[in-house]
Amino acid sequence: MTARVVLTVAALTLQEAARRRVLRALAVMTIVLLALSAWGFFRLDANFGTLTSGEARLATSQVLNLVMFGLSLIAALGTAFLAGPTVAGEIESGTALAILARPVRRSAVLLGKWLGLVVFGSGFVAVAGLTQLLIVWATTGYRPPQPVTGLALLAAQTIVLLTLALLLSTVISPMASGIVSVGLFGATWVAGVVGGVGQALGNQGMAQVGTVSRMLLPTDGLWRGAMRGFQDPAVLAQFPAFADFPFLSKAPLTPIYLAWTCLWVMLLLGLAGVVFQRRDL
Amino acid sequence: MGPVIRRPAARQGAPDDVSGPAAEAGAEAAERLVAGLPAAPAVWCSGLRKRYRRRTAVDDVSFTVGRGEVVGLLGPNGAGKTTVIKILLGLVRPDAGDVLLLGRPARDPQARARVGYLPELFRYQLWLTAAETLALHARLAGVAVPAGERRECLATVGLADRAGDRVGGFSKGMQQRLGLAVALVARPELVVLDEPTSALDPIGRADVRDLLLALKSRQVTVLLNSHLIGEVERVCDRVVILDKGKVAASGTLAELLGQRELRLRLDAVSPEAKERLAAAGRVTRSGDTFTVALPADQDVAAVPDLVADLVALGVRVHAVEPGRISLEERLLDILRAEPGGDRR
Repeated sequence: MTARVVLTVAALTLQEAARRRVLRALAVMTIVLLALSAWGFFRLDANFGTLTSGEARLATSQVLNLVMFGLSLIAALGTAFLAGPTVAGEIESGTALAILARPVRRSAVLLGKWLGLVVFGSGFVAVAGLTQLLIVWATTGYRPPQPVTGLALLAAQTIVLLTLALLLSTVISPMASGIVSVGLFGATWVAGVVGGVGQALGNQGMAQVGTVSRMLLPTDGLWRGAMRGFQDPAVLAQFPAFADFPFLSKAPLTPIYLAWTCLWVMLLLGLAGVVFQRRDL
Repeated sequence: MGPVIRRPAARQGAPDDVSGPAAEAGAEAAERLVAGLPAAPAVWCSGLRKRYRRRTAVDDVSFTVGRGEVVGLLGPNGAGKTTVIKILLGLVRPDAGDVLLLGRPARDPQARARVGYLPELFRYQLWLTAAETLALHARLAGVAVPAGERRECLATVGLADRAGDRVGGFSKGMQQRLGLAVALVARPELVVLDEPTSALDPIGRADVRDLLLALKSRQVTVLLNSHLIGEVERVCDRVVILDKGKVAASGTLAELLGQRELRLRLDAVSPEAKERLAAAGRVTRSGDTFTVALPADQDVAAVPDLVADLVALGVRVHAVEPGRISLEERLLDILRAEPGGDRR
């Protein structure tokens, strides 16, 4: 009964994503990014003649991380702006009235929406990310050490952000929830950079900023884990001076951090369920 | 609720029989027992209250809608009609009170399995087609409605040729028609319509009236909130009048409109004659025209007796016209008579 509702709503959410302009916008942005990166990697490879092989690998893996950051930003923006309107927008417009007057639990509807968005976000990361890795492989011959883990962590980052956007959209307006979640995503990234600089300078206070923000919103932590999957492991050993660069990851993610991320997602989803259940329409 | 009838078979389901054939027999017996009871009312609500910050939207509202009845919910803007409907459907949480839909507590989503609803603020997924919208709602209701039946449902509301078109291209009126189809698609036993004709042209309104009459003939219960009193008067068996969040009056149309009035054009009306008029019912006067509201249970001789008495008291009687109070007049009467109401 509940499973049927969850799956029906998940399918509806995917259908919505497919039929609304956001998918086209996302597709156009992704194709532009992929095309640019293909051209860039091709040019990069052409200029490698003057570089040592270590320098070439460093350059390639760094550019790959930069492009992947762009992709993760597109995924984050896309899903956050899909998740925002999905609850708040439907409540505002009145679409939710007809749906929730059916014999359905609100928590099942919310879970269905979440599941649909998870499939959409993860699917996007898988397709766009894999295409990007293939482009890099074809143009420069570089193969990242852990492509699957990297993409999985990028998908997890998208899931974290869309869960946040979903929770916000049960409380605030559609546009606000999208903007706030993307804003927090950016703020956490900046806090991560600040933390990295703090570590490099041996400033405990600044380093704490990064650690705390990675706990509060795990997007940046997962992004750093994903980068580790794409960067050349020999690079850090070869060029220790680069260790504090924001597009490099020094340490792998701990299982405890991954467990915390899972718990974080479940907590937020549960909270969204409670808020949505109590909300008057 | 009907009386509980004890039957010997019901004892088979004793608490210690938790599994096995005995428990099954007990469950069957319990089903038979319930089946033997008169059907629970379509809607039963008691003591509903809802406050939005400082404003009381619904204040101790209780009413019942029997199976197969068509009940109109009337009242001025802001009387709490839509809030009451949303509480019944579990869309708004009441601060107090209980609701049973088709015999089940409204807290249980399954209570709405056989309920169709057209919201006042009707809006459907704009990226779906009309046919897909109906399929979605049938699936959410958990009812297997064949495609042919869904098409028929669209045809009932006049959208047969737009089944494959996206809702985003529909006019307001067409969306409201689609909303009616959505309310009807899952073979409901109770249909709740909140202002079903607000976006419709006169032809659409006539269609809705026919639809309501068709539902009535099929014994489908309807709770109708409408501003169009004429519409309510034509199709409803009973009305519940809400004002400032409270039930101001409720009853069958006969009970509410049973009251007749008598218009008399008189002159030479002495104080005794005025007393005699007042004894017959509530009197309003405009110039030489006196309107007497006669009680519903008057006997047939009341009017000739009144005229004879007035003549005997020396009153010159120019005209005596019987009149029937319309629901609109009665509604205004009730709302204006409310304590603290808008007396004019």
